[in-house]
Amino acid sequence: MHKLLRDKPGEQIMLLGNEAIARGAIEAGVAFATTYPGTPSSEISLNLFQMSQESDLYFEYSTNEKVALEVAAAAANAGIRTFCMMKHVGLNVAADPLMTLAYVGVTAGMVILTADDPAMFSSQNEQDNRYYGKLSGLPVLEPSSIPEAKEMVKAAFDLSETLKEPVILRTTTRINHSNAFVTLDDIRPRVTKGRFERDPFRCVAVPAVSRQLHVKLLENIAKAKTVSEDSPYNFVEGQGKLGIITNGVSYGYAADAITDLGIENDTRLMRIGMSHPMPEQMIKEYLSGCEKVLVIEEGEPVMEESVKAFAQEAGITIPINGKGESLFSRLYEYDPAMVRKTVAGYFELPLDTKTPVDVSNVPEIPQRPPNLCSGCSHRATFYEVQAAAKDMDIICPTDIGCYTLGFLPPLSTGDFVICMGSSVSSACGFGQATDQKVVSFIGDSTFFHSGITGLVNAVFNNHNFTLVILENDTTAMTGHQPHPGVDMERMGLSGYGRINIENLVRSLGVEHVSIVKPFKVKKSIEIIKEALEYNGVSVIISQEPCALYAKGLKMLKPRAFKVSDKCVDHRDCINAIACPSFYLEDNRVKIDADTCVGCAVCAQICPENAITPLKK
Amino acid sequence: METTRLIIVAVGGQGNLLASKVLGEAALISDVPVRMSEIHGMAQRGGVVESAIVFGDAKSSIISDGEADILVGFEPSETLRALKRCNKNTLVITNLAKLPPFTVSIGRGEYPDLDHMKELISDKTSKLICLDAMALAREAGSPMSVNIVLLGALLASGGLAFTKESMVEAIRRRTKPAFLDMNLKAFELGYEAAAGT
Repeated sequence: MHKLLRDKPGEQIMLLGNEAIARGAIEAGVAFATTYPGTPSSEISLNLFQMSQESDLYFEYSTNEKVALEVAAAAANAGIRTFCMMKHVGLNVAADPLMTLAYVGVTAGMVILTADDPAMFSSQNEQDNRYYGKLSGLPVLEPSSIPEAKEMVKAAFDLSETLKEPVILRTTTRINHSNAFVTLDDIRPRVTKGRFERDPFRCVAVPAVSRQLHVKLLENIAKAKTVSEDSPYNFVEGQGKLGIITNGVSYGYAADAITDLGIENDTRLMRIGMSHPMPEQMIKEYLSGCEKVLVIEEGEPVMEESVKAFAQEAGITIPINGKGESLFSRLYEYDPAMVRKTVAGYFELPLDTKTPVDVSNVPEIPQRPPNLCSGCSHRATFYEVQAAAKDMDIICPTDIGCYTLGFLPPLSTGDFVICMGSSVSSACGFGQATDQKVVSFIGDSTFFHSGITGLVNAVFNNHNFTLVILENDTTAMTGHQPHPGVDMERMGLSGYGRINIENLVRSLGVEHVSIVKPFKVKKSIEIIKEALEYNGVSVIISQEPCALYAKGLKMLKPRAFKVSDKCVDHRDCINAIACPSFYLEDNRVKIDADTCVGCAVCAQICPENAITPLKK
Repeated sequence: METTRLIIVAVGGQGNLLASKVLGEAALISDVPVRMSEIHGMAQRGGVVESAIVFGDAKSSIISDGEADILVGFEPSETLRALKRCNKNTLVITNLAKLPPFTVSIGRGEYPDLDHMKELISDKTSKLICLDAMALAREAGSPMSVNIVLLGALLASGGLAFTKESMVEAIRRRTKPAFLDMNLKAFELGYEAAAGT
């Protein structure tokens, strides 16, 4: 049995934040869950996916976040407790349904989780999704610890049912990817089928209806505010005159700073766990007991601006600060020493700090950037496209996935990325706005997510570029989740459809479609050359399963290669394709037999044919 | 309860997330509060993987520069790269088996000299324990047990307040039964290697 399904109330286990959140959903009686995977949220859905295979929980990997939210919105309006989770930028994709779902509401509990990524460990930006609470009018809850994250999932469902609208649960990477002991509680029975009761003057958002629904939303925000005033997640610790208002993981850093600085009796620490709507009355009373207030929140000054506005209304003129020079930044994540130092500086307290060792005389350590894996088919495709386009002036828009790493040398393929799906639509723009040849790259999962509409646009508006679809049969970057082009039988799962990318692309009206097998280097270059010469939209589908995924499924039996005595040290292998299985020993190129999977791409480009299979 | 802050640095694939889970389990067995933070996502793409483990009553789950009480490095150049996490009282334990980053092969950087690295770390911190965890892992039966060898060394260093029995039980609970004997041997070899230092 999946460890998160265990009906053992009181048992204490070590859980990753994302596992605790998935367990919270199970304890809340969630019966319906949807997602599109994205770091740092991915392990929540992975666990729910696994649990759905051995329970009556319905779970789906939806095509993208907008689809996930719309599927979930229907389930929650059919009376089923529904959970929809995504990374922060995923909520941008789902923002359209979010905004009007806030008007329409739900009939059963619905929680939308957004996993924000301050410092951008694995994201293209560090936007602060608390603003989505303000923008949509929906309540926002924010945990400060792993056990609290599990409890908050349940509280969020209850709140959603009280208000009859979705609740946003906002985490940050340090919640999603931290571990702590969590105590299991009772599992509420799942209600897996509901019934939709027609209610057109609530559910059909035409202008006349929406004018009424907006009134209802504002009434709901007022109701949510009274909930926030009494919420156990908004609390104050201590009785001092020095005020600190904080949220999320910063609460831990602030609490540690207070202990380390020995100011427990001087401070009044307010932790905001329900951050939209803010508990206005509670904050006004709190401010009247403080002499000076510091707001500690990663990201944007969301709380700080509210607190300042409340102070103005209450006629309180004490200093209230948060972001600013010598205070906190809107950039990146915070850490305990930085918070301690800023608290000490702001309240003019002596600071006794551990000095990091002096590293000025430490030699430069070679960088270890993430790299495409040994035997990754993307490497072969990038090499072949560059070889085919050798004498061309090319622009290579790329997209979000492992293959984004192709922008690094020596492959140096990847010139423009802004968001999921942008490779295709930006190729339209570059092709029209320049006379350069545009060769764009997108993964299979990303193509289904948001590349198809761009390709429809390209055909309709008669654009001119080559699109390379990297079909590796999985959503690799986030941990090998399935997508609509995947053969689910391979994972031992039945009851799924499957969409053939070639048929799809042809049906969209693309006239020049070719297929390459990237581990056949010469043949692939020939095919790519022909596609590049086509005037109009050409699509190349590069088909080879992800090496990591194939190894995991035992579809791939690694057969290592070696560098033989014929090597005369051209180093084309290392310099052109940079596979991590190469290393230098006594200044000679070697292949690590433990990691080489035998794709043989290097063997095909070696001018001396010096790379040969290792005989066992 | 006194707070102990431990940082583990490794290269993706060396198993430091499992090592952290074993330490977390040992803390549970020993009734020590623990918070652990890890950065993954790119872990399987050959990058640096770091875990922060905070034992005791602190509420933070990450560790600032200069504030690690113990640094365990699974690869020597990564130990050196993480030196800014240490202060003069930090205990450092490092594997000596090199995994040169790919950038070295393509001529973008030079791997630092091992003896010079040892000297630098020794000079700047309170104690350095070095061992060839890869050789010991092979002796135990698999290069995959480097992580458990280093847990043995970590326990022998005296930096953590766990008993040997609780660590063994944690390994039993957290690693695959098929590899248990090998892992226990790896743990013992790491323990012995560090016990004499």
